Amino acid sequence: MRISVDTDRCVGAGQCVLSAPDVFDQDDMGIVLVLAEPADEPAREAARRGGATR
Amino acid sequence: MSDPREIEKMTTVDRCPVAFPLRQPGQSFPPPQYLEFREQEGLVSTTLPSGELVWLVTRHEDVRAALTDPRISSNPSHPGFPRAAKTGGVPSQDEVPGWFVALDPPEHGRFRKTLIPEFTVRKVREMRPAIQQIVDERIDAMLAAGDTADLIADFALSVPSLVISSLLGVPNADRDFFETRTRVLVTLTSTDEQRQAASKALLRYLNRLISVKQKRPGDDLISQLLADGTLSKQELSGVSMLLLIAGHETTANNIGLGVVTLLSNPQWIGDERAVEELLRYYSVADLVAFRVAVEDVEIGGQLIRAGEGIIPLVAAANHDGTVFERPDEFDPSRSARSHVAFGYGVHQCLGQNLVRVEMDIAYRTLFERIPTLELAVPVTELPIKYDGVLYGLHSLPVRW
Repeated sequence: MRISVDTDRCVGAGQCVLSAPDVFDQDDMGIVLVLAEPADEPAREAARRGGATR
Repeated sequence: MSDPREIEKMTTVDRCPVAFPLRQPGQSFPPPQYLEFREQEGLVSTTLPSGELVWLVTRHEDVRAALTDPRISSNPSHPGFPRAAKTGGVPSQDEVPGWFVALDPPEHGRFRKTLIPEFTVRKVREMRPAIQQIVDERIDAMLAAGDTADLIADFALSVPSLVISSLLGVPNADRDFFETRTRVLVTLTSTDEQRQAASKALLRYLNRLISVKQKRPGDDLISQLLADGTLSKQELSGVSMLLLIAGHETTANNIGLGVVTLLSNPQWIGDERAVEELLRYYSVADLVAFRVAVEDVEIGGQLIRAGEGIIPLVAAANHDGTVFERPDEFDPSRSARSHVAFGYGVHQCLGQNLVRVEMDIAYRTLFERIPTLELAVPVTELPIKYDGVLYGLHSLPVRW
Protein backbone atom coordinates (compact mmCIF):
# COMPACT_ATOMS: atom_id res chain seq x y z
CA MET A 1 0.00 0.00 0.00
CA ARG A 2 1.33 3.39 -1.00
CA ILE A 3 0.00 6.51 0.72
CA SER A 4 0.37 9.88 -0.92
CA VAL A 5 -1.21 13.12 0.23
CA ASP A 6 -2.17 16.17 -1.79
CA THR A 7 -1.90 18.97 0.76
CA ASP A 8 -3.52 21.43 -1.68
CA ARG A 9 -6.68 19.36 -1.69
CA CYS A 10 -6.70 18.64 2.04
CA VAL A 11 -9.73 20.33 3.66
CA GLY A 12 -8.42 19.86 7.20
CA ALA A 13 -11.48 18.05 8.51
CA GLY A 14 -9.39 15.49 10.40
CA GLN A 15 -11.37 12.48 9.12
CA CYS A 16 -8.15 10.62 8.31
CA VAL A 17 -6.79 11.17 11.85
CA LEU A 18 -9.98 9.80 13.38
CA SER A 19 -9.99 6.76 11.10
CA ALA A 20 -6.28 5.89 11.30
CA PRO A 21 -4.52 7.83 14.09
CA ASP A 22 -1.35 5.73 13.75
CA VAL A 23 -1.02 6.61 10.08
CA PHE A 24 -2.23 10.23 9.77
CA ASP A 25 -1.88 13.41 11.77
CA GLN A 26 -2.58 17.10 11.22
CA ASP A 27 0.11 19.78 11.31
CA ASP A 28 -0.34 23.09 13.18
CA MET A 29 -2.28 24.44 10.22
CA GLY A 30 -4.62 21.44 10.24
CA ILE A 31 -3.16 19.93 7.05
CA VAL A 32 -2.63 16.17 6.70
CA LEU A 33 0.68 14.54 7.68
CA VAL A 34 1.63 10.91 7.12
CA LEU A 35 3.19 9.54 10.32
CA ALA A 36 3.91 6.01 9.15
CA GLU A 37 2.94 3.36 6.64
CA PRO A 38 0.20 1.13 8.03
CA ALA A 39 1.74 -1.87 9.79
CA ASP A 40 -0.86 -4.58 9.13
CA GLU A 41 -4.11 -5.26 7.28
CA PRO A 42 -6.46 -3.69 9.88
CA ALA A 43 -4.29 -0.56 9.82
CA ARG A 44 -4.35 -0.59 6.00
CA GLU A 45 -8.12 -0.89 6.06
CA ALA A 46 -8.36 2.03 8.52
CA ALA A 47 -6.05 4.09 6.28
CA ARG A 48 -8.28 3.34 3.28
CA ARG A 49 -11.31 4.56 5.21
CA GLY A 50 -9.42 7.70 6.18
CA GLY A 51 -8.60 8.75 2.65
CA ALA A 52 -10.02 8.73 -0.83
CA THR A 53 -8.84 5.62 -2.62
CA ARG A 54 -8.52 5.43 -6.35
CA MET B 1 -23.04 6.78 -19.23
CA SER B 2 -20.59 7.85 -21.87
CA ASP B 3 -22.99 8.35 -24.77
CA PRO B 4 -24.34 11.92 -24.59
CA ARG B 5 -27.49 10.92 -26.48
CA GLU B 6 -28.39 8.53 -23.76
CA ILE B 7 -28.07 11.28 -21.20
CA GLU B 8 -30.23 13.51 -23.38
CA LYS B 9 -32.87 10.80 -23.60
CA MET B 10 -33.00 10.36 -19.85
CA THR B 11 -33.49 14.02 -19.03
CA THR B 12 -36.52 14.17 -21.25
CA VAL B 13 -38.28 11.49 -19.23
CA ASP B 14 -41.45 13.14 -18.02
CA ARG B 15 -41.43 13.13 -14.28
CA CYS B 16 -43.85 14.85 -12.00
CA PRO B 17 -41.92 17.04 -9.56
CA VAL B 18 -42.37 16.00 -5.94
CA ALA B 19 -43.46 18.31 -3.13
CA PHE B 20 -40.75 19.85 -0.99
CA PRO B 21 -39.59 19.65 1.73
CA LEU B 22 -40.53 16.01 2.11
CA ARG B 23 -40.38 15.94 5.89
CA GLN B 24 -44.03 15.99 6.91
CA PRO B 25 -45.89 15.61 10.23
CA GLY B 26 -46.60 12.00 11.10
CA GLN B 27 -43.97 10.69 8.70
CA SER B 28 -40.78 8.92 9.66
CA PHE B 29 -37.42 10.54 9.01
CA PRO B 30 -35.64 10.33 6.62
CA PRO B 31 -38.73 10.61 4.41
CA PRO B 32 -39.62 7.14 3.02
CA GLN B 33 -39.72 8.59 -0.52
CA TYR B 34 -35.92 8.83 -0.46
CA LEU B 35 -35.81 5.07 -0.94
CA GLU B 36 -37.87 5.34 -4.15
CA PHE B 37 -35.75 8.24 -5.41
CA ARG B 38 -32.52 6.30 -4.90
CA GLU B 39 -33.90 3.41 -6.90
CA GLN B 40 -35.05 5.52 -9.83
CA GLU B 41 -32.81 6.13 -12.80
CA GLY B 42 -31.31 9.60 -12.94
CA LEU B 43 -32.42 12.17 -10.38
CA VAL B 44 -35.80 13.36 -9.14
CA SER B 45 -36.78 17.00 -9.52
CA THR B 46 -38.83 19.03 -7.11
CA THR B 47 -40.35 22.49 -6.92
CA LEU B 48 -39.42 24.82 -4.10
CA PRO B 49 -42.15 26.91 -2.46
CA SER B 50 -41.01 29.75 -4.74
CA GLY B 51 -41.63 27.69 -7.87
CA GLU B 52 -37.97 27.04 -8.70
CA LEU B 53 -37.13 23.59 -9.99
CA VAL B 54 -34.25 21.74 -8.34
CA TRP B 55 -32.71 18.28 -8.64
CA LEU B 56 -32.66 16.11 -5.52
CA VAL B 57 -29.60 13.91 -5.10
CA THR B 58 -30.20 10.89 -2.90
CA ARG B 59 -27.63 8.13 -3.62
CA HIS B 60 -24.48 8.14 -1.45
CA GLU B 61 -22.16 8.04 -4.46
CA ASP B 62 -24.06 10.82 -6.24
CA VAL B 63 -24.16 13.06 -3.15
CA ARG B 64 -20.38 12.76 -2.81
CA ALA B 65 -19.99 13.46 -6.55
CA ALA B 66 -22.26 16.52 -6.40
CA LEU B 67 -20.47 17.92 -3.35
CA THR B 68 -17.03 17.65 -4.97
CA ASP B 69 -17.68 18.55 -8.61
CA PRO B 70 -16.05 21.90 -9.51
CA ARG B 71 -18.87 22.58 -11.98
CA ILE B 72 -21.31 22.72 -9.07
CA SER B 73 -21.26 25.91 -7.01
CA SER B 74 -22.20 26.92 -3.46
CA ASN B 75 -22.42 30.58 -4.40
CA PRO B 76 -25.99 31.95 -4.27
CA SER B 77 -25.10 34.84 -6.57
CA HIS B 78 -25.13 32.41 -9.52
CA PRO B 79 -28.41 32.46 -11.48
CA GLY B 80 -30.67 29.57 -10.61
CA PHE B 81 -29.32 29.03 -7.10
CA PRO B 82 -32.12 27.48 -5.03
CA ARG B 83 -32.59 30.16 -2.43
CA ALA B 84 -36.30 30.40 -2.02
CA ALA B 85 -37.92 31.54 1.19
CA LYS B 86 -39.14 28.81 3.52
CA THR B 87 -36.22 26.55 2.73
CA GLY B 88 -33.56 28.19 4.84
CA GLY B 89 -32.10 30.18 1.95
CA VAL B 90 -28.39 30.89 2.06
CA PRO B 91 -27.22 34.49 2.47
CA SER B 92 -24.86 35.74 -0.24
CA GLN B 93 -21.53 37.48 0.31
CA ASP B 94 -23.26 40.83 -0.29
CA GLU B 95 -25.69 40.21 2.54
CA VAL B 96 -23.20 38.65 4.95
CA PRO B 97 -19.54 39.16 3.97
CA GLY B 98 -17.51 36.32 5.44
CA TRP B 99 -20.37 33.81 5.11
CA PHE B 100 -17.82 31.58 3.44
CA VAL B 101 -20.02 28.50 3.04
CA ALA B 102 -21.47 30.53 0.15
CA LEU B 103 -18.10 30.78 -1.61
CA ASP B 104 -16.36 28.41 -4.02
CA PRO B 105 -12.67 27.64 -4.28
CA PRO B 106 -10.32 29.41 -4.51
CA GLU B 107 -11.95 32.34 -2.55
CA HIS B 108 -13.36 29.89 -0.01
CA GLY B 109 -9.88 28.58 0.82
CA ARG B 110 -8.67 31.80 2.48
CA PHE B 111 -11.41 31.53 5.12
CA ARG B 112 -11.17 27.80 5.60
CA LYS B 113 -7.37 27.81 5.95
CA THR B 114 -7.55 30.56 8.55
CA LEU B 115 -9.96 28.54 10.66
CA ILE B 116 -8.96 24.89 10.35
CA PRO B 117 -5.99 25.16 12.75
CA GLU B 118 -8.55 25.91 15.51
CA PHE B 119 -10.64 22.79 14.85
CA THR B 120 -8.09 20.01 14.38
CA VAL B 121 -8.54 16.70 16.19
CA ARG B 122 -5.80 17.72 18.63
CA LYS B 123 -7.14 21.23 19.33
CA VAL B 124 -10.58 19.86 20.03
CA ARG B 125 -9.15 17.19 22.32
CA GLU B 126 -7.55 19.99 24.32
CA MET B 127 -11.00 21.53 24.79
CA ARG B 128 -12.31 18.39 26.53
CA PRO B 129 -11.82 19.60 30.13
CA ALA B 130 -13.61 22.90 29.40
CA ILE B 131 -16.49 21.06 27.67
CA GLN B 132 -16.70 18.57 30.54
CA GLN B 133 -17.04 21.46 32.99
CA ILE B 134 -19.84 23.06 30.96
CA VAL B 135 -21.68 19.71 30.78
CA ASP B 136 -21.28 19.13 34.52
CA GLU B 137 -22.53 22.60 35.38
CA ARG B 138 -25.65 22.13 33.23
CA ILE B 139 -26.38 18.82 34.95
CA ASP B 140 -25.77 20.41 38.39
CA ALA B 141 -28.33 23.08 37.48
CA MET B 142 -30.92 20.50 36.32
CA LEU B 143 -30.47 18.40 39.45
CA ALA B 144 -30.71 21.48 41.68
CA ALA B 145 -33.94 22.57 39.97
CA GLY B 146 -35.91 19.38 40.69
CA ASP B 147 -36.59 16.00 39.12
CA THR B 148 -37.87 17.02 35.69
CA ALA B 149 -36.42 19.07 32.84
CA ASP B 150 -36.77 20.00 29.21
CA LEU B 151 -33.59 18.36 28.03
CA ILE B 152 -33.46 20.51 24.87
CA ALA B 153 -33.56 23.93 26.56
CA ASP B 154 -31.77 22.90 29.76
CA PHE B 155 -29.05 20.73 28.26
CA ALA B 156 -28.91 19.89 24.54
CA LEU B 157 -29.06 23.55 23.46
CA SER B 158 -27.28 25.14 26.39
CA VAL B 159 -24.18 22.92 26.24
CA PRO B 160 -23.14 23.66 22.61
CA SER B 161 -24.29 27.24 22.97
CA LEU B 162 -21.97 27.74 25.96
CA VAL B 163 -19.14 25.88 24.23
CA ILE B 164 -19.22 27.95 21.03
CA SER B 165 -19.75 31.27 22.82
CA SER B 166 -16.81 30.60 25.11
CA LEU B 167 -14.65 29.57 22.13
CA LEU B 168 -15.54 32.71 20.16
CA GLY B 169 -15.58 35.03 23.17
CA VAL B 170 -19.31 35.86 22.99
CA PRO B 171 -20.61 36.75 26.48
CA ASN B 172 -22.79 34.02 28.02
CA ALA B 173 -25.24 36.72 29.08
CA ASP B 174 -26.15 37.26 25.41
CA ARG B 175 -27.17 33.64 24.78
CA ASP B 176 -30.89 34.42 24.66
CA PHE B 177 -30.27 37.08 22.05
CA PHE B 178 -28.34 34.92 19.60
CA GLU B 179 -30.33 31.74 20.23
CA THR B 180 -33.66 33.41 19.42
CA ARG B 181 -32.26 35.06 16.25
CA THR B 182 -30.71 31.78 15.16
CA ARG B 183 -34.05 30.04 15.64
CA VAL B 184 -35.62 32.42 13.11
CA LEU B 185 -32.89 31.62 10.59
CA VAL B 186 -33.31 27.85 10.94
CA THR B 187 -37.12 27.82 10.86
CA LEU B 188 -38.57 26.92 7.47
CA THR B 189 -41.72 28.99 8.07
CA SER B 190 -39.85 32.24 8.79
CA THR B 191 -40.54 34.94 6.21
CA ASP B 192 -37.77 36.60 4.23
CA GLU B 193 -38.35 39.79 6.25
CA GLN B 194 -37.99 37.93 9.57
CA ARG B 195 -34.91 36.18 8.27
CA GLN B 196 -33.25 39.41 7.12
CA ALA B 197 -34.08 41.18 10.39
CA ALA B 198 -32.58 38.33 12.44
CA SER B 199 -29.50 38.19 10.27
CA LYS B 200 -28.99 41.99 10.48
CA ALA B 201 -29.44 41.99 14.25
CA LEU B 202 -26.84 39.24 14.64
CA LEU B 203 -24.39 41.04 12.40
CA ARG B 204 -24.87 44.37 14.22
CA TYR B 205 -24.32 42.63 17.52
CA LEU B 206 -21.15 40.88 16.35
CA ASN B 207 -19.80 44.09 14.79
CA ARG B 208 -20.15 45.80 18.17
CA LEU B 209 -18.56 42.85 19.93
CA ILE B 210 -15.61 42.93 17.52
CA SER B 211 -15.11 46.67 18.14
CA VAL B 212 -14.97 45.97 21.87
CA LYS B 213 -12.42 43.20 21.32
CA GLN B 214 -10.28 45.50 19.18
CA LYS B 215 -9.88 47.71 22.24
CA ARG B 216 -9.74 44.94 24.82
CA PRO B 217 -8.65 41.63 23.29
CA GLY B 218 -9.52 38.49 25.23
CA ASP B 219 -8.32 34.90 25.18
CA ASP B 220 -10.76 33.86 22.46
CA LEU B 221 -11.02 33.08 18.75
CA ILE B 222 -12.47 36.45 17.67
CA SER B 223 -9.59 38.33 19.38
CA GLN B 224 -7.11 35.92 17.85
CA LEU B 225 -8.51 36.34 14.33
CA LEU B 226 -8.47 40.13 14.80
CA ALA B 227 -4.80 40.00 15.75
CA ASP B 228 -4.05 37.64 12.86
CA GLY B 229 -5.43 40.19 10.40
CA THR B 230 -6.14 37.77 7.52
CA LEU B 231 -9.84 38.60 7.63
CA SER B 232 -11.26 42.12 7.46
CA LYS B 233 -13.40 43.27 10.38
CA GLN B 234 -16.49 42.95 8.21
CA GLU B 235 -15.56 39.43 7.14
CA LEU B 236 -14.87 38.51 10.73
CA SER B 237 -18.45 39.46 11.66
CA GLY B 238 -19.80 37.09 9.02
CA VAL B 239 -17.41 34.31 10.00
CA SER B 240 -18.35 34.73 13.67
CA MET B 241 -22.04 34.64 12.81
CA LEU B 242 -21.58 31.45 10.82
CA LEU B 243 -19.59 29.73 13.57
CA LEU B 244 -22.01 30.87 16.24
CA ILE B 245 -25.08 29.56 14.38
CA ALA B 246 -23.50 26.35 13.09
CA GLY B 247 -21.86 25.75 16.44
CA HIS B 248 -24.96 25.50 18.59
CA GLU B 249 -28.08 24.70 16.62
CA THR B 250 -26.92 21.57 14.79
CA THR B 251 -25.20 20.06 17.82
CA ALA B 252 -28.25 20.74 19.98
CA ASN B 253 -30.45 18.68 17.66
CA ASN B 254 -27.93 15.85 17.61
CA ILE B 255 -27.60 15.74 21.40
CA GLY B 256 -31.38 15.74 21.95
CA LEU B 257 -32.17 13.03 19.39
CA GLY B 258 -29.24 10.92 20.57
CA VAL B 259 -30.49 10.91 24.16
CA VAL B 260 -33.85 9.52 22.99
CA THR B 261 -32.14 6.74 21.03
CA LEU B 262 -29.69 5.87 23.80
CA LEU B 263 -32.52 5.67 26.36
CA SER B 264 -33.90 2.73 24.41
CA ASN B 265 -30.46 1.34 23.51
CA PRO B 266 -28.59 1.71 26.82
CA GLN B 267 -26.00 -0.92 25.90
CA TRP B 268 -24.37 1.69 23.63
CA ILE B 269 -24.01 4.43 26.25
CA GLY B 270 -20.34 5.37 26.58
CA ASP B 271 -19.30 3.64 23.34
CA GLU B 272 -17.88 6.24 20.99
CA ARG B 273 -19.13 4.29 17.96
CA ALA B 274 -22.62 5.35 19.06
CA VAL B 275 -21.75 8.98 18.27
CA GLU B 276 -20.73 8.20 14.68
CA GLU B 277 -23.80 6.03 14.13
CA LEU B 278 -26.13 8.70 15.59
CA LEU B 279 -24.64 11.26 13.22
CA ARG B 280 -25.39 8.94 10.29
CA TYR B 281 -28.76 7.76 11.57
CA TYR B 282 -30.27 11.22 12.14
CA SER B 283 -28.37 13.31 9.57
CA VAL B 284 -30.00 16.45 10.99
CA ALA B 285 -28.50 18.74 8.33
CA ASP B 286 -30.37 17.08 5.45
CA LEU B 287 -31.51 20.42 4.00
CA VAL B 288 -28.33 22.42 4.40
CA ALA B 289 -26.27 21.88 1.23
CA PHE B 290 -27.83 23.91 -1.61
CA ARG B 291 -25.98 24.09 -4.90
CA VAL B 292 -26.30 25.24 -8.51
CA ALA B 293 -24.68 23.90 -11.68
CA VAL B 294 -22.49 26.53 -13.35
CA GLU B 295 -21.79 24.27 -16.33
CA ASP B 296 -23.70 21.30 -17.72
CA VAL B 297 -22.85 18.33 -15.52
CA GLU B 298 -23.97 14.74 -15.23
CA ILE B 299 -24.76 13.39 -11.76
CA GLY B 300 -26.18 9.92 -11.23
CA GLY B 301 -26.99 9.50 -14.92
CA GLN B 302 -28.86 12.80 -15.02
CA LEU B 303 -27.84 15.72 -17.19
CA ILE B 304 -28.08 18.89 -15.11
CA ARG B 305 -28.00 22.06 -17.15
CA ALA B 306 -26.00 25.13 -16.16
CA GLY B 307 -28.26 27.29 -14.00
CA GLU B 308 -30.29 24.42 -12.52
CA GLY B 309 -30.43 24.03 -8.75
CA ILE B 310 -29.26 20.92 -6.90
CA ILE B 311 -29.94 19.73 -3.34
CA PRO B 312 -27.74 16.83 -2.22
CA LEU B 313 -29.75 15.24 0.60
CA VAL B 314 -27.32 13.88 3.17
CA ALA B 315 -29.95 11.92 5.11
CA ALA B 316 -30.84 10.10 1.89
CA ALA B 317 -27.18 9.32 1.22
CA ASN B 318 -26.69 8.12 4.79
CA HIS B 319 -29.61 5.71 4.44
CA ASP B 320 -28.43 4.29 1.12
CA GLY B 321 -28.70 0.53 1.59
CA THR B 322 -25.93 -0.14 -0.90
CA VAL B 323 -23.46 1.53 1.49
CA PHE B 324 -25.05 0.92 4.90
CA GLU B 325 -26.75 -2.43 5.43
CA ARG B 326 -30.15 -2.19 7.14
CA PRO B 327 -29.77 1.60 6.96
CA ASP B 328 -32.85 2.41 9.05
CA GLU B 329 -31.56 0.47 12.06
CA PHE B 330 -29.47 2.14 14.74
CA ASP B 331 -26.44 -0.14 14.90
CA PRO B 332 -23.20 1.39 16.21
CA SER B 333 -21.33 -1.87 15.50
CA ARG B 334 -21.40 -1.01 11.79
CA SER B 335 -18.67 1.12 10.27
CA ALA B 336 -20.55 4.40 9.89
CA ARG B 337 -17.43 6.46 9.19
CA SER B 338 -18.22 7.00 5.50
CA HIS B 339 -21.42 8.91 6.31
CA VAL B 340 -21.86 12.40 4.88
CA ALA B 341 -23.74 13.90 7.83
CA PHE B 342 -21.16 16.71 7.92
CA GLY B 343 -21.23 17.10 4.15
CA TYR B 344 -18.35 16.18 1.88
CA GLY B 345 -15.63 18.01 -0.01
CA VAL B 346 -14.28 21.47 0.76
CA HIS B 347 -17.36 22.62 2.66
CA GLN B 348 -17.61 19.67 5.03
CA CYS B 349 -18.27 20.81 8.57
CA LEU B 350 -15.33 22.65 10.04
CA GLY B 351 -16.49 21.91 13.58
CA GLN B 352 -17.16 18.19 13.11
CA ASN B 353 -14.53 17.09 15.61
CA LEU B 354 -15.94 19.50 18.17
CA VAL B 355 -19.45 18.10 17.60
CA ARG B 356 -18.19 14.53 18.14
CA VAL B 357 -16.50 15.46 21.41
CA GLU B 358 -19.51 17.44 22.65
CA MET B 359 -21.88 14.55 21.90
CA ASP B 360 -19.55 12.00 23.50
CA ILE B 361 -19.09 13.98 26.73
CA ALA B 362 -22.77 14.95 26.88
CA TYR B 363 -24.05 11.34 26.65
CA ARG B 364 -21.44 9.80 28.93
CA THR B 365 -21.88 12.39 31.66
CA LEU B 366 -25.65 12.65 31.48
CA PHE B 367 -26.30 8.92 31.83
CA GLU B 368 -23.58 8.49 34.43
CA ARG B 369 -24.81 11.29 36.65
CA ILE B 370 -28.55 10.71 36.13
CA PRO B 371 -28.84 6.92 35.75
CA THR B 372 -32.61 6.97 36.32
CA LEU B 373 -33.20 9.41 33.44
CA GLU B 374 -36.37 8.62 31.45
CA LEU B 375 -38.78 10.27 29.03
CA ALA B 376 -41.66 12.10 30.72
CA VAL B 377 -43.91 11.63 27.66
CA PRO B 378 -44.32 8.69 25.25
CA VAL B 379 -41.72 8.79 22.47
CA THR B 380 -44.48 9.20 19.87
CA GLU B 381 -45.53 12.48 21.50
CA LEU B 382 -42.14 14.18 21.25
CA PRO B 383 -42.55 17.41 19.26
CA ILE B 384 -40.50 17.02 16.07
CA LYS B 385 -39.24 20.13 14.24
CA TYR B 386 -41.20 19.67 11.02
CA ASP B 387 -40.71 23.40 10.48
CA GLY B 388 -36.95 23.28 10.96
CA VAL B 389 -34.17 23.49 8.42
CA LEU B 390 -32.52 20.99 10.74
CA TYR B 391 -34.20 17.83 11.95
CA GLY B 392 -34.62 17.72 15.71
CA LEU B 393 -36.96 18.11 18.68
CA HIS B 394 -38.57 21.33 19.91
CA SER B 395 -38.52 20.00 23.46
CA LEU B 396 -37.63 16.80 25.29
CA PRO B 397 -39.47 16.39 28.59
CA VAL B 398 -37.56 14.06 30.93
CA ARG B 399 -37.67 13.04 34.60
CA TRP B 400 -35.50 11.10 37.02
